[in-house]
Parts: sequence; structure tokens; C-alpha cells
Amino acid sequence: MTLYQRRLLAHRIGLTLSMAAMALGLAALLWILWTLFSRGFAAFSWDFFTKDTPAAGTEGGGLRNAIVGSGMIIGVTTLLSTPIGILAGIYLAEFGDRSKLAAVTRFVTDIMLSAPSIVVGLFVYALAVATMGGFSGWAGTLALSLIAIPVIVRTTENMLRLVPSSLREAAFAIGAPRWQVSLKVTLRAVKAGVVTGVLLAIARVTGETAPLLFTALNNQFFSTDMSHPIGTLPVVIYQFAMSPYDNWVNLAWGGALLIALVVLAVNILARIIFRKKTN
Amino acid sequence: MGETTAQDPQAKQVKAFKLQDRLFKWVTLLFALIVLASLAGILISLAIEAMPALKQFGPGFLWRNIWSVPDDEYGALIATYGTVVTSLIALAIAVPISFGIALFLTETCPIWLRRPLGTAIELLAGVPSIIYGIWGLFIFAPLFSTYIQPPLQAALGDVPIIGSWFAGPPIGIGILTAGIVLSLMVIPFIASVMRDVFETVPPVLKESAYGVGCTTWEVARNIVLPYTRVGVIGGIMLGLGRALGETMAVTFVIGNANRITGSLFSPGTSIASTLANEFGEAEPGLHISSLFALGLVLFVITFIVLGLSRWLIHRSLARQGT
Amino acid sequence: MSQTLNKNSTEAILEVRNLSFYYGKFQGLTNISLDIAKSQVTAFIGPSGCGKSTLLRTFNRMYDLYPGQRAEGSIHFHGNNLLDKKQDVNLVRAKIGMVFQKPTPFPMTIYENIAFGVRLYERISRSEMDDRVEWALKKAALWGEVKDKLQQNGLSLSGGQQQRLCIARTIAVKPEIVLLDEPTSALDPISTAKIEELINELKSEYSIAIVTHNMQQAARISDFTAFMYLGELIEFGNTATLFMNPTVKQTEDYITGRFG
Repeated sequence: MTLYQRRLLAHRIGLTLSMAAMALGLAALLWILWTLFSRGFAAFSWDFFTKDTPAAGTEGGGLRNAIVGSGMIIGVTTLLSTPIGILAGIYLAEFGDRSKLAAVTRFVTDIMLSAPSIVVGLFVYALAVATMGGFSGWAGTLALSLIAIPVIVRTTENMLRLVPSSLREAAFAIGAPRWQVSLKVTLRAVKAGVVTGVLLAIARVTGETAPLLFTALNNQFFSTDMSHPIGTLPVVIYQFAMSPYDNWVNLAWGGALLIALVVLAVNILARIIFRKKTN
Repeated sequence: MGETTAQDPQAKQVKAFKLQDRLFKWVTLLFALIVLASLAGILISLAIEAMPALKQFGPGFLWRNIWSVPDDEYGALIATYGTVVTSLIALAIAVPISFGIALFLTETCPIWLRRPLGTAIELLAGVPSIIYGIWGLFIFAPLFSTYIQPPLQAALGDVPIIGSWFAGPPIGIGILTAGIVLSLMVIPFIASVMRDVFETVPPVLKESAYGVGCTTWEVARNIVLPYTRVGVIGGIMLGLGRALGETMAVTFVIGNANRITGSLFSPGTSIASTLANEFGEAEPGLHISSLFALGLVLFVITFIVLGLSRWLIHRSLARQGT
Repeated sequence: MSQTLNKNSTEAILEVRNLSFYYGKFQGLTNISLDIAKSQVTAFIGPSGCGKSTLLRTFNRMYDLYPGQRAEGSIHFHGNNLLDKKQDVNLVRAKIGMVFQKPTPFPMTIYENIAFGVRLYERISRSEMDDRVEWALKKAALWGEVKDKLQQNGLSLSGGQQQRLCIARTIAVKPEIVLLDEPTSALDPISTAKIEELINELKSEYSIAIVTHNMQQAARISDFTAFMYLGELIEFGNTATLFMNPTVKQTEDYITGRFG
């Protein structure tokens, strides 16, 4: 075999292997999604959305209380973490070039972005549950916010850094004070990107289970009371799926599909907004 | 002109601006500090709560091979073993596959397919981990125990050393299963990072290699990989950091047995799944304190891995002048 | 080299004395002294890197935004030294406006682009603001083209229109001096011509300092010209004189294209 033929063979083998690897990985992931859709969809029904979680071993029921609980916790998390995340991101982008503090904050944000979410749950437990005596929706919100804030900080800062310095200078040149330049000009210029960041944070916390396990705990009854344990989709799925009851397992699949659909929808929405507004 | 008469209200306005700017700076600083405070808070609270267990068992806690609730004897080795081994298995599977995906996306994929496929991978990276968990438990584990485990055992069971890795009843769930499910979860993430890093290679560099007659494979091996080596390693470590802390993908299929055996087929536990399983019902005292200690161990390990990966990724980006 | 004006003929609105500028350790400007004449156009020319933009940006303390950049010397405006730390920067910028090379409309409606600056320092009613917006856009020769789409985003305009919008919003706040940093280098010849016409009309009410890398432009529109090289002021004087009879050989070399 000539040298060239050998090289060509290596090339073909290498490329085939890489395509095989990719096909394998994608096939497995598609398999998972397919199972999720078929099993989950089978669980969808009118009752699924309107009835509360059934007792162990009984038939029927739905996930209404979990859906509502999740919705409330995620809603409050968004309201809490968005302003904090955006303003912290503004600090890093506008004032952060000269300060050591900013460099440290950036480092910490990166760590918190990938930190084990169960540990965040432990922290909030020690902080809020043990001291305030009891699990609650608010504690769950706190835990999810600690996960969402770094995401928003990171995207806001990155977006603001993309603003050309000439725009910033033009705003200063007209005599505007720093806060107006920040909020009314540069932040507005990257509005779409910042909104995308918030949506991505929401998608991220929608799927989180571990931080809710020891903060919001669970509640098998319908409740809108955030100061006590409240049911959420991920925790209910966890409880039901590990159980020996077919009805519960069935509902768990439905819940999992619902979460996946919401996360997917939010992610796609974020991308659409970003592409539309930056064109 | 009106400047001189407008002077006084202007000067007052300017004073107001100065005050507002100072307020603005402090408010944004405060919120930035919240992020810092949360990290510090985690470390401090974990340390405080773990104190009783650490005092009781000493630093030896880290490698004590026992976890018994009735006897109130705890050690970190079992859970740490589970965490580390499942993550390593996950990486061993995920890295080559992600590499294949990233290579495909940047080199051989037809242009029209690149964006949709890339987006699909990114969307997959957002799929919540609990889904991987229940899929693993209900779909994968039964198939694994029926079609994969017996043949593996038959083939390798008598091989010295390696055979013992595959010993024990093929129940489907266990350390190996957890590692495989974890790898699937981590693949889209690592693939995205690798793809981003591969895209930083200047086209000029690749074109000059193609220009002298290199095949695509040779360009990938000799140009793209060496150029992006640091970033790729950083990306892999980032994936490792995620895998170490993962709870739901692992808890469903790891079997939740508090012991270490040499076999990958046997059930075990990871730090995250121990916490998920036991924290809810743990009595205050040594049990809860040991659980906090486990959390501290996990956090420290992840912190080191993530810190290293960040440093590596930033170094590789700095080299590219990004 | 000191280039003060003959006090009998024209009044100075900015008096620059012994100005030096540093980017960290690197010295960008060396001992510049000159006067900017009131109600006249002063052009700054010179090869790339000669410091003309740097000089312009000291006039409105733009360098304050960047740590490590500092100026020494003095720039007197109505008796106050602009470089003084105690001088309020925002106030300075309200009186000395700047238009940049790249058109930078704010991410707001055309109306808001202009109203934003005005609102900072003046409390006027809605109808007065409408009048001011119209006045500024007319002055910038843009009114006819945008009067029916004031609520549209500023970014929807063409490059030349965007630049005229930037000029409009700069003069809307009624500054005394307008600084132009290569305002037409990113524009096509027709837009450039329109803006040069504009500058000619504006100079009766405002004092204008313009940096340009286009010598012909300087010769066309300015009354005074400063030639700079490597951070130093080589020659400064009446435009016609400088271009016809330059006193310094370096100036002549640059003008005749021996280097650039």
C-alpha cells in the first residue's frame, strides 16, 4: 500500500469512526426523546391538568397542584433574580474593568453557573429552613434564584460588553450621567440579548429538582401558600417515578414530558427573540 | 444666548446627577456582592453544619469505608467512590462521542445542515436531567440487564482482574448504568463546548493545511486538535464538573446501596444521590452533619475542577486573542 | 510652539496652553498650545496617529472614561480650566458637544434621540420639546426627510441620515462648541457634501473644531487649520495661508503628499 493510500485509509477510518460516534450519540438522545414523548403523551388528559396528585396506590388524579406550585415558584424566582442579575451584570460591565472585586465576582459567577445544585439546596436549608423553622415555597424560590442569578449576570455582562464604545461615548458626550448612559442607552441597545438571558435562566431552573428537595419539599394537596411546603413538578416526578405504583409512574412520565416541553419552548423563544432583534 | 441664565439650574442638575451616579454605583455593587455572598454562604454554612461530624470522625472521615444509619457511623469514601467512578465512566463514553459530533459539525457536515444540527445539540443540552433519570430506570436498565449484561459477563467474566469488574447479578441498575446514563446527559454539553472551541481555529490555518494536500482527518488531528488542546481540556473538565454534581440522572439508576464492591454491575451511591435519598428523613445529629460533610466534599471537589477548567479555557481564549 | 490668535481679529473660545497627554506611560500629545476661535471652523489635519483625535477628546474630557489616560496643562473656557479635577465633567459636555466618526444613534425613536439630551438639563413642556426637535432637525437639514417618521427607531435611517441625526441631537442641547471627529469618513460623497454644507451654516452660531484625514475637506470648509505630527503641533494658522504658503517644511511636505 502506498503512503497515500495509507493516509486515505486512515482518513476514511477516522471520519467513519467520528460519524459513527455521532450517530450513536444522536440515536441514543433521540431514543430518549422518543420514549419521553410517547410515554408522557399517553399520560396527558383533561384530568392530568385539573386534578391534584392522587394518594398512594389509588387511580386517577392529575398533577394540577404540582403544576401550579412550579408555576408560582418559577414566577417569583424570575421576579427576584432578574433585577438582581441584570444590575450585577451592569456592575461588572460598567465598573468592572478597574476593580479586583469585579474579577473575583466574575470568577465566582462562573463557579456558581456549574456548581452542584443539590449543594445550593443544602445551603438554603441551613439558612432558611432550619432557622425559620420549616420548608416553604419561599425557600425553594431562594434556592432557584441562587441558580438563576449567575446565568443572568453572565449573559447581561457579555451583552453589555458587545456595545461599541462609540455609542457609550456618544451618550456621555451629550452630558448624560452614568446611570442614564447605562440604563437608557447601553442596556436598551442590548435589550434582546438580556431578555434572552433571562429566558435561558428560566429554562434552566424549570428543570431543576435537587434544590427543591429540601427547601420547598412537597405537598400532595393543592396550595398557593408559599410560606409552607408546596408541590412542584420535579419533586413530584421524583417521588412518583421511584414508587411501585403504576398510576404514579404514569403521571411521572406525563410530568416529565410537560417539563421538557416547557423548557424546549422557552429555549426556542429565547433563540427567536435573539435572532429577530439582532438582525 | 441662554447659557449664563441657565447656569444655575444646570449646576444644580449636575449636582443631582453626581448623587444619582453614586447611588447607582452602590446599588449595582450591592447586587454583585450577592453573588459573592452566596458562594461564601455555601462554604460557610456547609462547614458549620458539617463540624460535628468532622469533629467526631476527624479528617479520616474522607476515607472511612462505612455508612450505617442504625450504627451512626459515617464516612465519605463510599459516596465519593460512586461520584468519581460514575463521572469517569461518563466522561470515558462522552468525550469520544462529543468529539465525533464536534468534528462532524465543524468539518464534514454539509453547510445547510450545520445550523439546525448545532441548534439541536444545544437544545438537547437543556433537557432536564430528571428525564435522563427516569428513562434510565424504566427503559434502559431493563434492556441493559437482559441484552447487555449477560453477554458482557459471559465474555469477560473469566478474564483476571477485569472479570471482577463485571461480576454480580445483572440487575440492570448500578454503577455502570449510572455512568452510561450520565454520559448521555453530558454529551450535548461537551459537544457544544468542543464545537465552539473548534470554531475558533482560524480558517487560514486549516486552509493552508488543506492546501498542501492534507485529508480532513489529518487536518483535525494535526491542526485543529493541537490548536484547541487547552480549550478542549477545559471543556472536558467543565463537563466533569457538571457530571460530578449531577443528582437526578444518577439517583434513579445507581441502586442506592451504601457499600463499595469492585464490580461495576453492583449498585452503589454517589454523594448527590445519598443526599437526595437520605436528607429528607435524616435525624438531626451525626447523620445530618455527615450529610452536610458529604455536601462539603462534593462542593470542594467541584470547585477545584471548575476553577481549573475556567483557567484553562481562558488561557486558550487569550491565546486566540479573543 | 504657541499659536495664539491675533486678539484684534478673532475671539478665542478655547485657550489651550501647554497641553500634554499620556496613555499610561506613552505620551500622545506634547506641549500643545493654540486657540480655538469663536464662530469659526478650526480643522485638525495630519497623518494617522498624529494625535488629532486625542487632542479633540481632551476638549470634552472624553478620556475620563478610561483609567490610565491623563492630561496635563490647561484648557481655558470662559475663564475656567476644563482639565481641573474640580470641574464638572457633565457640565463641560453639555456646553461642548461631540459627533463621532461612526454614526451612533441611540436605540430610541428619532424624536427621543434628540429629546434625551435636552431633557437632561432643561425642563420644558411637550410642545416646547416638539419645537426644539423640529428646530434641531431643520438645522441639521434632516427635517424634511424624517418629519413623518419621528416615532421610528433611529437605526432605521441611512448612514448619512444617522450622522445628521447625531449632529441634530448635539446641537439640540445648544452647546457653544461642537467637536467633530472625522464625521464624514464613514459616509458616501453625497452625504459628505451635505454635511460640509451643514458645517458651513452652523458656524455662525457655534464654534466648530473638526478632525479630518481629508486635506481637501479641511481646505474647503475651515477658517483655521492645525497640522499635527507625532503628537506635536507643527503649524497653525489661517487655512488659506497654511495651504498656500506653509511656513514649516514638514507642513509643505504633508500637503503636497510627500508623506502621509
